[in-house]
Amino acid sequence: MMIRVTLPAHLRKLAHVDGEVKLDVEGPVTQRSVIDALEARYPMLQGTIRDHVTQKRRAFVRFFACGEDLSHEPPYSPLPDAVATGAEPFMIVGAIAGG
Amino acid sequence: MSGVRVLVGTRKGAFVLASDGKRDRWDISGPHFAGWEIYHLKGSPADPNRLYTSQSSGWFGQIIQRSDDGGKTWHQPGTPPGEPTTTPEGMPKAESNKFVYDTSPETGKPLTTHQWYDGTPHPWEFKRVWHLEPSLTDPNTVYAGVEDAALFRSIDGGQTWQELAGLRGHGSGSSWAPGAGGMCLHTIILDPSNPNRIFIAISSAGAFRTDDGGKTWQPINRGLHSLYIPNPTAEVGHCVHRIAMHRSHPDVLFMQKHWDVMRSDDAGESWHEISGNLPTDFGFAIDVHAHEPETIYVVPIKSDSEHFPPDGKLRVYRSRTGGNEWEPLTNGLPQNDCYVNVLRDAMAVDSLDKCGVYFGTTGGQVYASADAGDSWAPIVRDLPAVVSVEVQTLP
Repeated sequence: MMIRVTLPAHLRKLAHVDGEVKLDVEGPVTQRSVIDALEARYPMLQGTIRDHVTQKRRAFVRFFACGEDLSHEPPYSPLPDAVATGAEPFMIVGAIAGG
Repeated sequence: MSGVRVLVGTRKGAFVLASDGKRDRWDISGPHFAGWEIYHLKGSPADPNRLYTSQSSGWFGQIIQRSDDGGKTWHQPGTPPGEPTTTPEGMPKAESNKFVYDTSPETGKPLTTHQWYDGTPHPWEFKRVWHLEPSLTDPNTVYAGVEDAALFRSIDGGQTWQELAGLRGHGSGSSWAPGAGGMCLHTIILDPSNPNRIFIAISSAGAFRTDDGGKTWQPINRGLHSLYIPNPTAEVGHCVHRIAMHRSHPDVLFMQKHWDVMRSDDAGESWHEISGNLPTDFGFAIDVHAHEPETIYVVPIKSDSEHFPPDGKLRVYRSRTGGNEWEPLTNGLPQNDCYVNVLRDAMAVDSLDKCGVYFGTTGGQVYASADAGDSWAPIVRDLPAVVSVEVQTLP
């Protein structure tokens, strides 16, 4: 399944990509499987979205898709069909926190 | 012709300032890593083209960057652009920002809490790298002082990091508490005469020394007196802001503490105050002249609640007598309406003759003196707030 992911500018720069990232995700499309695939493709992003050890989302990172905030959804919950089919991107966003 | 490279870390990126030995014209490159907090960048004494940078963000955490060409290009160690991102065995290479505390009983102790500001137990959490100290002899070995306070070491050019767990586990770790800037290990001094001896300092725990390459550690705070802790002469708990050493006198240490400028002549076994005639003995930065081991520099700051120079006058103070007798250096520095701070890692010296002295301010200026402090001029005036300044003297 080809999944579209958008990254904040700082992470695009670290990963040396422009625009959306397209990832081939095998099996159920969940937060966990999408980020696993993202980190496998771009290992320089390890630790920047979720903790290396606990795998918890970093506090100032949020996940949006289809107009919904999915930040607090369980990591193994299926993402919306529109994300799974590639119609809508899975959006990784830096929280608005000044600076 | 020899030259200097000034490595500047700021709240919004890194800058590299380069000049020839005259030090009157500067080429400025940057911002590198724009938008990120750069707590520190430093070059390897064994290979001046090898630079390490701590890049961090409240959003995306810690990144380590490395340059092998003097700052022209950078990469995260282990993931050079254009190269495979996994090892032949399929393992991801990106471990360069993985700082995981060692809790194994074999190498440390399963230390899980330190003290919070109010004295209650608080979990140990990695936040960022404050200071990177490359080995004096091996470009691939580099130490990292981190928040929450711990010392890490990489022996593969920054690709992987291991904690020297004997420091946190030596016995007092559970009583360490943060200073206002966080509980940071901010100073790492490698003894040039003894490869097994390392000095470190933590806010707000104090100074520590190892004599066996980092396996075991002892606090070295005898003589320090701090009114902000229950026992002012306690073995640990002192907010040491910075320590400096001249490489020819490795047993002589100079310390800028939260309050008080201190000196040790016995590798930290005991300290005595050398604040002398300073207008205030609060401050952050301290450094030693490259060729005169008894000439030291501080930037007095008004107080712990008013982090700016007294009377709005930015003055570096120099002692040529190893302390106690200080002279203000003002030529070229603003002498009215100046309310910037100079942070602990934001002063450095070059080893040209005459010795160059450099410091950066929270107002974004980097000042340089090419005559050991007698006169000053800004290299740049309008950078983001400066966090750190390091200098490389190039052949």
